[in-house]
Amino acid sequence: MWQSNAAYQVGFVVLVFAAWFFATQWLAISPLLMPDPVNVIKRLAQLLQSLEWMDPFWVTASEVLSAFALSSVLGIALSFVLSRSLWVVKTFDPLLNGINAVPAILFFPLFALLFGLGPGSKIALGFTISFFPIVINTTAAFGRVESIHLKAATCMGASKWQLLRYVLLPSAIPMILSGLRMGLTLAFLSVLGGETIASFNGLGHQIAESSQAMDSELMYAWILFVIAVSFSLNTTLSLIERIGGRAP
Amino acid sequence: MSQVAFLAKAGHRNWVRCLFVAALLLLWECAARFWVDPMFLSPPSRVLGQMDALFARPGVLQAYGDLMAELLIAFVVSVVLGLLLGLAVGLAKSTRERMMPIVLLLYGTPQITILPIVMLAAGVGFGSKVIFGITHGVFPVLLSVASSLQKVRPIYHVSARAFGATPWQKFRYILLPCMLPSFFSSLRLSMIACLLGVLLAELFASTKGIGFFTRQFTDTFDPTSLFGLISVAVVLAIALNASLAWMQSRWVTRQWT
Repeated sequence: MWQSNAAYQVGFVVLVFAAWFFATQWLAISPLLMPDPVNVIKRLAQLLQSLEWMDPFWVTASEVLSAFALSSVLGIALSFVLSRSLWVVKTFDPLLNGINAVPAILFFPLFALLFGLGPGSKIALGFTISFFPIVINTTAAFGRVESIHLKAATCMGASKWQLLRYVLLPSAIPMILSGLRMGLTLAFLSVLGGETIASFNGLGHQIAESSQAMDSELMYAWILFVIAVSFSLNTTLSLIERIGGRAP
Repeated sequence: MSQVAFLAKAGHRNWVRCLFVAALLLLWECAARFWVDPMFLSPPSRVLGQMDALFARPGVLQAYGDLMAELLIAFVVSVVLGLLLGLAVGLAKSTRERMMPIVLLLYGTPQITILPIVMLAAGVGFGSKVIFGITHGVFPVLLSVASSLQKVRPIYHVSARAFGATPWQKFRYILLPCMLPSFFSSLRLSMIACLLGVLLAELFASTKGIGFFTRQFTDTFDPTSLFGLISVAVVLAIALNASLAWMQSRWVTRQWT
């Protein structure tokens, strides 16, 4: 069953490449807009061999991880503080949702001024965008913990830390993980967005730079590289989610 | 403890919310006046005072109009497209198992990677912003429709078939009521995502939109205009979100069966 589904997915990818290939062969599409996939794959192979991908990859990865580390640690801490009282949760929930609707991307030019065009502004953007979804999800997750478990732990004299460590985290972990996953995806997206808009280095910068240099083959090669990176990221996250969701 | 009980009355929530927002504004005011370089931050009182000057600038009003038009078209197309694709992917168990990983892969890929292609194909104007907004907004609706169809209890399908329901009746009386709650929350996510997409495209390349003015005000170190511009966009975003939330609370409680 699994194999036949995987076959469909591989088939889909093959179909996309075939459509792309024949579109460039038969239709009069400008190679600037859609270059021949064969050349793109060649460029991608060159890119991988020359190890030129290492530097931008590590820049982007470190920005995403710094932003995500900040937003997940601070986000879970804030959720824990908020979720101690139902009244606080109910009061601040609409505010959090309202803040979440704020298009933080508009602050990016300001971040670029404040923190420079280097990693600082991307980390700030990634943090701002991924923080609130994590807080909202984690607060909701803590809210669904059975209150009898909390009461039992409090009666037996659990400290705040023990409450978090032994009651709240274990029972809320599946939902927290899906919130964290969303946060990481958002951090990745916004870091790449920041790099595409204004930066010195990183994967988004490479895509924007090759596009501005009108080198479409290189641009598509970088895009395929980023798709591969996000595919591996997502597969790893699904795996973590499945393992974490199963744990007691 | 009695004070806590006094505050805990539900009616006081709105006061606490207002106080909290007021405290944030006060913090912003103090930060801008005393701590942060005035090149970067402008106090809210001055931002508000200079609002008429901002709107008197040629093109600013037009830029907001364009933003709203781009956002609304992108949102409507995203919802319709997401609903249709979600139904196509989610209706049958076999297609769902085959297609969902592909949809999730596409969703997990940052759409910003294809932004230069969208710009090349559709130009720097209105079209590229709408298209880029759609690439962001379609997924929340698609995923919520497909996954809520998955949760329809099999017994409903069986009894629909037993009573000879037409496809329309099956959609109207079984799938729709099942889908609605999560569909409405996905509308809000889709709106936020559309706005993100449109603004990303605006910031990447724009000759007269909000992105253009944001860059101009930042590059000329004019934080008063910049924060005015952003504040209005933020208020618009929160208002749209709140009106969708209001619609959700009104419609979901309605009887659909």
